[in-house]
Parts: sequence; structure tokens; C-alpha cells
Amino acid sequence: MGHEYVPEIAIDRDGNQHEVQGWQGDFYGGKLGFWLFMLTEVMMFGAMFLALAYYNSLHPQDFLDASAALNRLLGGTNTVILLVSALTMGLGLLRMRAGDVKGAKLMIWATIILAVAFLVIKGFEWTAEYHHGIFLMHDKLLPESSLPFGQKLFYGLYFSMTGLHGFHIIIGIGLMLWLLKRINAGKVSPEHHILHWNIALYWDIVHLIWVFVFPYYYMIGADGIQMSDFSMIFGGGTNGHH
Amino acid sequence: MSKTYFDETHCAIGHPKSTFMQWMLTIDHKRIGIMYAAVMFVFFFVAVFTAFAMRLELFAPGGQYMDGNTFNQAFTLHGVIMIFLFIIPGIPAIFGNIVMPLMIGAKDVSFPRLNWFTFWLYIAGCCIALASLFIGEGVADTGWTFYAPYSMNTGTNVIMALVAAFVLGFASILTGLNFLVTIHRLRAPGMTFFKMPLFVWGIYATAWIQLLATPVVGITLVLAILEKYFGIGIFDPAKGGDPVLFQHLFWIYSHPAVYLMILPAFGIMSEIIPTFSRKEVFGYRTIALSSASIAGIGYLVWGHHLYTSGMSDIAKTVFSFLTFFVAIPTGVKFYDWVATMYQGKIVLSTPMIWALGTIITFAIGGITGVTITMIGMDVHLQDTYYTVAHFHYAILGGVVFLLFAGMHYWFPLVTGKMYNETKAKIAFYLNFIGFNLLWFPMFIAGYYGMPRRYFDYLPEFEIYHQLSFYGAVIFIAGLIYMFWVLFKGWTKGEATTPNPWNATTLEWHLPSSPPPLENHSKVPYVDFDPYEYKHGEPVVKFNYETMQRID
Ligand code: HEM
Ligand SMILES: [Cu+2]
Repeated sequence: MGHEYVPEIAIDRDGNQHEVQGWQGDFYGGKLGFWLFMLTEVMMFGAMFLALAYYNSLHPQDFLDASAALNRLLGGTNTVILLVSALTMGLGLLRMRAGDVKGAKLMIWATIILAVAFLVIKGFEWTAEYHHGIFLMHDKLLPESSLPFGQKLFYGLYFSMTGLHGFHIIIGIGLMLWLLKRINAGKVSPEHHILHWNIALYWDIVHLIWVFVFPYYYMIGADGIQMSDFSMIFGGGTNGHH
Repeated sequence: MSKTYFDETHCAIGHPKSTFMQWMLTIDHKRIGIMYAAVMFVFFFVAVFTAFAMRLELFAPGGQYMDGNTFNQAFTLHGVIMIFLFIIPGIPAIFGNIVMPLMIGAKDVSFPRLNWFTFWLYIAGCCIALASLFIGEGVADTGWTFYAPYSMNTGTNVIMALVAAFVLGFASILTGLNFLVTIHRLRAPGMTFFKMPLFVWGIYATAWIQLLATPVVGITLVLAILEKYFGIGIFDPAKGGDPVLFQHLFWIYSHPAVYLMILPAFGIMSEIIPTFSRKEVFGYRTIALSSASIAGIGYLVWGHHLYTSGMSDIAKTVFSFLTFFVAIPTGVKFYDWVATMYQGKIVLSTPMIWALGTIITFAIGGITGVTITMIGMDVHLQDTYYTVAHFHYAILGGVVFLLFAGMHYWFPLVTGKMYNETKAKIAFYLNFIGFNLLWFPMFIAGYYGMPRRYFDYLPEFEIYHQLSFYGAVIFIAGLIYMFWVLFKGWTKGEATTPNPWNATTLEWHLPSSPPPLENHSKVPYVDFDPYEYKHGEPVVKFNYETMQRID
């Protein structure tokens, strides 16, 4: 391959010409394909939310208690970071479409930095939870511990879903680095930016999922929130476990 | 002679000189389809021989060759291979790849490189599944459904089987995605959705199920893996989890998966019946739309697998009620096929007799399915040989038989050769007789209470198992003979013309047989219906130089 694709023409009975759509350079097809792929991500996380909702209905109080113990400050900061990163990613795509390749690259770099920040914060959060004896195969989550069933289920799902989401962030960083490489190689350009478009869509879905994960895990137990929780911001407290 | 897709190919990376590497790297949809077929039939025979080993063991009561644990592993291996490696990917991967693009006048699928990648992902999944045979405590003994909590506690290598199923599911999603985009984007100019051949409709409905249902089982398997590795306790009652939730999530996928197997098979039927009746298909739109509605309704009926697992009576009733609805579009299809044959000029070539035989076997599979839809009946028949016979009639006598029908139908297209008709017919009768002798007695045994997944049984069931054994011998002999006849046809058969069956759909209007690398060297404008016959002759004719109509 490598040669330019020249669209073929089909001729009907009356001699009219009709352009044949080839698979080469089908921008619309590429977009459609990626949308469909994102639909599978939604189905996948949807099934986990289903399981979550089911156990929530069985153990409502346990879920509230467990949720109250999560660190809303770190979770909230991460939400803001991810929202801003969605903005930078989108701006990058706009820059690219406007022909400003340099600006687009800058925005992608900004997104990468924000994504890394997200992971670092997530790392702090998990570490703190680990020190409180809440971690997979560890202490309070072992079968023989006396923690109520509902809380064990909550944390089990919490680690599964935030873990899987974090995995998507890592993949996203990889994709963005690859995108930068393709841009530098001239394979992605303002005229030919389907890859950029699709990775931006991917990042949107990743942040969209988080927008559901955050309230479900961190916020449902938040009604007992007190001023002292906020004072941590200034007082140097590290987490929300009581 | 012009060059065919056997002579030249496009590759994913570079232009390797060696023929072998050209096959390994090919991105041509026809070659990829052939590679799938080759790998899948190898696995099919592995699973058939595992099944034969079980039949040997069941020949007489008591233990003969294997103990109970080995038997558990044998039926798991058999089920996992047949379901995940063979029949779920089967028809879409083989004929969806080989003929679907030809039928819509496309040069290839929308993402040929992804198609290549998907094939190798499938191979990776197969390798993981096979590796579980030799690593750790051996292949899983849970049955292909991996039900919790047993699968969480057994010492066998369930994790690898789960990972394999996940990877294969991923391959299935990517295949469906590729086909959906292809069908939406690459139809020849003029071909509206209601001018597509019915096989394409079958693939289209299937692709949606692959896309929407597979992620659900995928994540269920991931959760099960996390549970086994990290003890998160979603399905294990010891940690408050609910094993029935696993069953729900599993069947939300796996019930639609049976339509994922049967819809493309019905598509093959809908191609063969009009071609060999030399008549326009009766009720084109109802056949097309029934595929779509089966796919839709099929999503809502998973609960019929859980009648005996603990569900509220209301839920059971609703699921039972909904399940009956699937029978309606299925029945519509059957009536349409029969009506198509009515007053047609029926030609009893091998593909046609396979299709006719399948109408009988699938009808038995379908009707017995309706009986176990009824809650009361199912409580009696669940997990007996009645169910085993039902699903073998439906899957083997429905899907696999139609896969064989398609293999004969498209054989001249793929190979450019013809097999020996008489021998192929003998192979069919061997298969058909063997199959019925193999499975019909099992309805009776199951009705009298022979449970499934047991390696030992009471003496009163001996007669059924022995009949079954003889049936298996005839059937397996028929299978081997059939493949041998096809193999001979490919190597020694006579060359054919591009359209030996007088068929009407686009894949038969090719400039050469086998087709050139990029299919229709010139794409036609499609302003005709897929099955137009007049006095038993195809209406639409082309000048193959310009692909303009000359009729
Ligand atoms: C030569 C043809 C075949 C023979 C002789 C055969 C035989 C058997 C036997 C003896 C069992 C075990 C029954 C039990 O103890 O519960 C079984 C189970 C099963 N078979 Fe087949 N079979 C054949 C073809 C197929 C095909 C083509 C498929 C699907 C594509 C299939 C799918 C299954 C499944 C899913 C199970 C259930 C496994 C489980 O319980 O986990 N079989 N078969
Ligand atoms: Cu079902």
C-alpha cells in the first residue's frame, strides 16, 4: 500500500456516476468505529454499577458508613483535575483542527501532566487506606475480619472500579504519548486527525466514568460532613478516616 | 488467467516473500476467514474427541476409563472449546469475513489491520485456554459456565480459563465492531439496508449482540478473576457476595450469545433456500426484521436459566413469558423459508439438503426449548439429559449443521473448485442419521431423570447411552468423511465458474473464481433486490468488464 487512494466510480443504468466509499481514509467510519468501542466501555462499567447498586440496596447503611470513611478531599481534587484535563484535551483537538499543531501538542502535554497528577494522588489515597488496614487481601478485608459484609463488598468494588479506571488512565497516557509521536512524524496533521479525535473521545469517556464513580463512592456517605473535615484542608490532615 | 487472492495479498507489515509469512501477515478478509476456519475445525475435532471419550466412559454404568474428576474436566474442556473457541466466533469469523464484504460489494472490511490483529488475539486466547491444560492443577472442572462459588474454590486452573474466555470475548467484540462499521459504510452505491442479502442482516444483528453483550460477560469474568486473586468477595457468600449475581451477569451475555450463534446460521439458511428454490425469498423484510427483533428480545430473557437458582416467582413468570416471545420471530422465519420453497423449482444439491435437514433438527431443538421455557417443566428437566439433548439439537443440529451447509454452498466461491456431489450427499446422510441416533434417546433418558454431568448412572439408563454411543460412532465417521470429501474437492476437484448455483447475490457476480484480491474489480450500482428470479432464472446479469447491468 502507501499509494494514494483514488475513489472508484459505479455507474447505474442511466449512466449516472456514484462514488464508491473505500475503507481507505474513511474518516467517518473511523469515528463510528471508535464510538462503538466506547459503547462497550460503557456497557462494561455499567455492569459493575449494576452490581454496586444491587449490593447498595442490600446493605444501605454499611455502604454509607464505608463511603464516609473515604477521603473526599483527595477524591474531589482528582475530580477537578480530571475535569480540567478533559478541557485541555478538547482544546488540543480544537487547536489541531484550527491548524495550530504546536498549540495542540502543548495541550496534549498538559493533559498528560494532569493525568499523571491524578495517578499520584490516587497512589497517596490507596497508601493511606492501606495504613488504615483497608486493602485487598489485607487486614479488615480478610474473610475472618469482623467488618460488616456490606462494607467489605463496598471496598472490594471500590478497589476494583477505581483500579480499573486508573488502568484506563494509564492506557490513556500511553495513547497520548503515541499520539505525540505520530504528530511529530507528520502522520497526524490538521487534515488527517482521526487518531487525535478518537483519543480525545477516549479521554472523554474516561472522565465521564469518573464523574459517576466519584459521587457513588465518595459522596453517598457525605451528609455527615462537618466543618472539621474542611479544616483538614488548612490544618494539614491527610485523610477523612474518623 | 487473472490473479486470485491465493496468488497475491496485502500484508499488515511489509511485503514478505515467503508464502507462509504472507498468510501469517495477510489482511485480506478472505484469507483471514480461511485461517479462522482452519484453526476452528482443528479445535472442533479436539472437542469432538473429548466428547467421544465421555461417550466411551458412559457406555456402561460404573467407572471404566476415567474417574469422576477427569470426567468433570472432560466436559468442561469440551464445553469451553465448543462454545468459546468454536461456535460463538464460528460463522461470523469464517463466513462473515469471507463472504459478507463480497455480498455488499466492499473491497475489504472497514479495518483490515484490526481484522488481522483480531485473528491473532483469537489465537492468543486459544493458546491460553490450551495452556491451562498443562499448568497448575489442570484444566478447570467447573463446566463452561464457571458458576460461583464452586469456581472460586476449586483448585483447578480456573483463572486461565477465565482469562482465555475474556481474551476471546475481546476478539469477538472487535470482530462485531469491524462488521458494524463495514456494513454501515462500505455497501455498494445504491444498496440500501433492505437491498442487503439476508446473511448480511444476520451478521448485522449478531454484531450488535457481540458489541453490547460481550462486555458484560467480560467484566463478570474480570470480577471473578479479581475475586480469585485478590479476594474481593463479590460472588463468594463467605464474604457476603451473592453467587446468583454471577449467574445473572453470566447469562445476560450467554443467553444473547445463543442468538449470536444462531442468527448468522439463519442467515446462511436464508441464502440457500431461495437459491435452490430458484425463487425470490418469501417475506424478505420479515426475515430481516425478525433477526433484529430476536437480537432485541433475546436480551431480556436470560432469567430462564435461573428458575432453579432462587428467584422470585414474579421474576420467573416474567422471564418465562418473555422467553415465549422469542419463538414468534423464529417461527416467522421458518414459515417464510417453507413459503419460499412452495412451488419453487427445488434443486436438491448438497447445500440444500443440509439446509432441509437442519429445518428438521432445529425444529426439534426449538420445540424442546419451548417446553423447558415453562417453569414447571423446567424444574423437572433442568440439568438432565433432556437439556443436554435440547442444546445439542439446537446448537449442533442448528448452528453447526448450517455452518456445514454454508461450507458446501460457498465452497466453489472460496476454492474455485467443486467437490463430489454424490459423496458429499452420502456424508450428509451419515451425519444426519448418526446425529439423531446420538441425541434423540437422550430426550427420553433425561425425561426419566438421567442427570447431566454424571460419569456414572443407574443400569436402567444403559440402553440410551449405548444407542447414543453407536450414534456417536456413525456421526463422527460422517464428519471425517465430509471433511475428506471437501479436502479432495479442493485438491483434486474440477474447476468451476464464478456462479455454479445460479445464485443472485453479489458475491456470485465476480470476475473470476476464486475471486481476485480486491473482490469486484469494479463495484456495481445496486438498484435491484437481492433475490430476483423469473421462471427459475436469475434476472440480473452483468457485463463483468464494466459491472453494468445487461439484462
Ligand atoms: C460429536 C459431537 C458431540 C458429542 C458426541 C457431544 C457429547 C457431549 C457430552 C457427552 C456432553 C456431556 C453431557 C453431560 O454429562 O452433562 C456434552 C456436553 C456439552 N456439549 Fe457436546 N457433544 C458434541 C458436540 C457439541 C457441539 C458441536 C457443541 C457446541 C458447539 C457442544 C456443546 C456442549 C456443551 C456446551 C456441553 C455442556 C458442557 C458442560 O456441562 O459444561 N457439543 N457433549
Ligand atoms: Cu437462554
